[in-house]
Amino acid sequence: MSAYFIAHFLLIFLVFNMLVMSAAFMVWMERKVCAYIQDRVGPNRVGVEGLLQPFADVLKLLMKEELRPKAADAFLFTIAPIVSAAAAFTAFSVIPFGSETTLFGLLDRPLPLEVTDVNVAVLVIFAITSMGVYGIVLAGWSSNSKYSLLGGLRSSAQMISYELSYGLALAAVIVLGGSLSLRELVLNQTGYWFHVIPRWYIFLQPLGFLIYLTAGVAETNRAPFDFPEAEQELVAGYHTEYSSMSFAMFFLAEYINMVTVSAVATSLYLGGWLGPILPSWLGWLWFLLKVLLLLFFYVWMRWTLPRYRYDQLMEFGWKWLLPAAVVNLIATAALVLWIG
Amino acid sequence: MLRAYVPIFLFILVAIGFAVVTLLISRLVHAEKPNAVKLEPYECGIEPETDARDRYSVRYYLVAMLFVIFDVETIFMFPWAVILDRLALFGLIEMALFLFILVVGYFYAWKKGALEWA
Repeated sequence: MSAYFIAHFLLIFLVFNMLVMSAAFMVWMERKVCAYIQDRVGPNRVGVEGLLQPFADVLKLLMKEELRPKAADAFLFTIAPIVSAAAAFTAFSVIPFGSETTLFGLLDRPLPLEVTDVNVAVLVIFAITSMGVYGIVLAGWSSNSKYSLLGGLRSSAQMISYELSYGLALAAVIVLGGSLSLRELVLNQTGYWFHVIPRWYIFLQPLGFLIYLTAGVAETNRAPFDFPEAEQELVAGYHTEYSSMSFAMFFLAEYINMVTVSAVATSLYLGGWLGPILPSWLGWLWFLLKVLLLLFFYVWMRWTLPRYRYDQLMEFGWKWLLPAAVVNLIATAALVLWIG
Repeated sequence: MLRAYVPIFLFILVAIGFAVVTLLISRLVHAEKPNAVKLEPYECGIEPETDARDRYSVRYYLVAMLFVIFDVETIFMFPWAVILDRLALFGLIEMALFLFILVVGYFYAWKKGALEWA
């Protein structure tokens, strides 16, 4: 075993733990931001400023009774949260979050800061994030509860309305970058226009960025598109019948999905770990900052906008987002060929 | 080439292992006192009259069928997008034609009311 392999294993371990921690942090941030938006203080008892609140919640959930409705499909009911969580974790595995490092000369060759550098990373993310919907639909169907079933149905309705625009928005970025590897796409955004404006794709793809963000919010089932779990209509939607740690798994999956969508947006549109001032080995700090800003945007949106109706999202996705994404793709391709 | 995918599988295994172990630990730790009422599906306190898995109208089934078709078309865009600079104008015109046929189908479906709730 060379030092390189040990470092790689440690990195995988680190990324996994960072994901769990980011979900915990995100729960805290959501509660805190929502509290300030509503002129409250939010969690402030457990730890400094309530930072340990998510861990207290996990301990509480761990001790809770776990119920499975007797009419539920035992096998599917058990694996649904596992499918959700596994899909959420795996999607992050191809996202680069920093440049290469040799750990100050400790390694014989540079180790890229990501779980693995796959040359079709965009496709891998596209494939794995779509798997997440299976967990939700399985949970909704297997619970044998009307609320869960409706939640599952809505989730699949949502998936078929935004996924096309999501893919087409990504295709426009690929036209610009000429690669499916996220690392190459990020590195293509190096440099500045007129020495001031960073060469990030968001400036070339403003429409694409908006389409991606909209589709991303729909994909993670967040407000204003949180129909699968709309609490005023469906109790808790697809996870109505889940309790204890199985519920926590869905919760974890939702928050990790948010982190992943923000991380992909950061890599494709906001220049990933590239940024001024910091030396390149500290680039991951830029990455972290950009992802945090997008996550804040998510929370902000949730507590500001009212919920859509789900036939409205289907109509919006098919009649507005899809044409816009097609026009965006063709216009991008034409401009790339014209200007070169 | 395929070696790059090994860490992904490792990651899937770790994720599944994490979920399974957590669920098992929680099963060991928490109390379970089920009774008949607790095991009913939750319907806000009203006793469920029927099974949830009844026949129901999936109102957007036509949209779902369209989705399958259009999603396959989207996949064609990815390889085209990667090598667009080599295909140059020929590639752009080809894709414009391809999209034109697609858009005609899309408008046909729209005018036929396939995108409305049946």
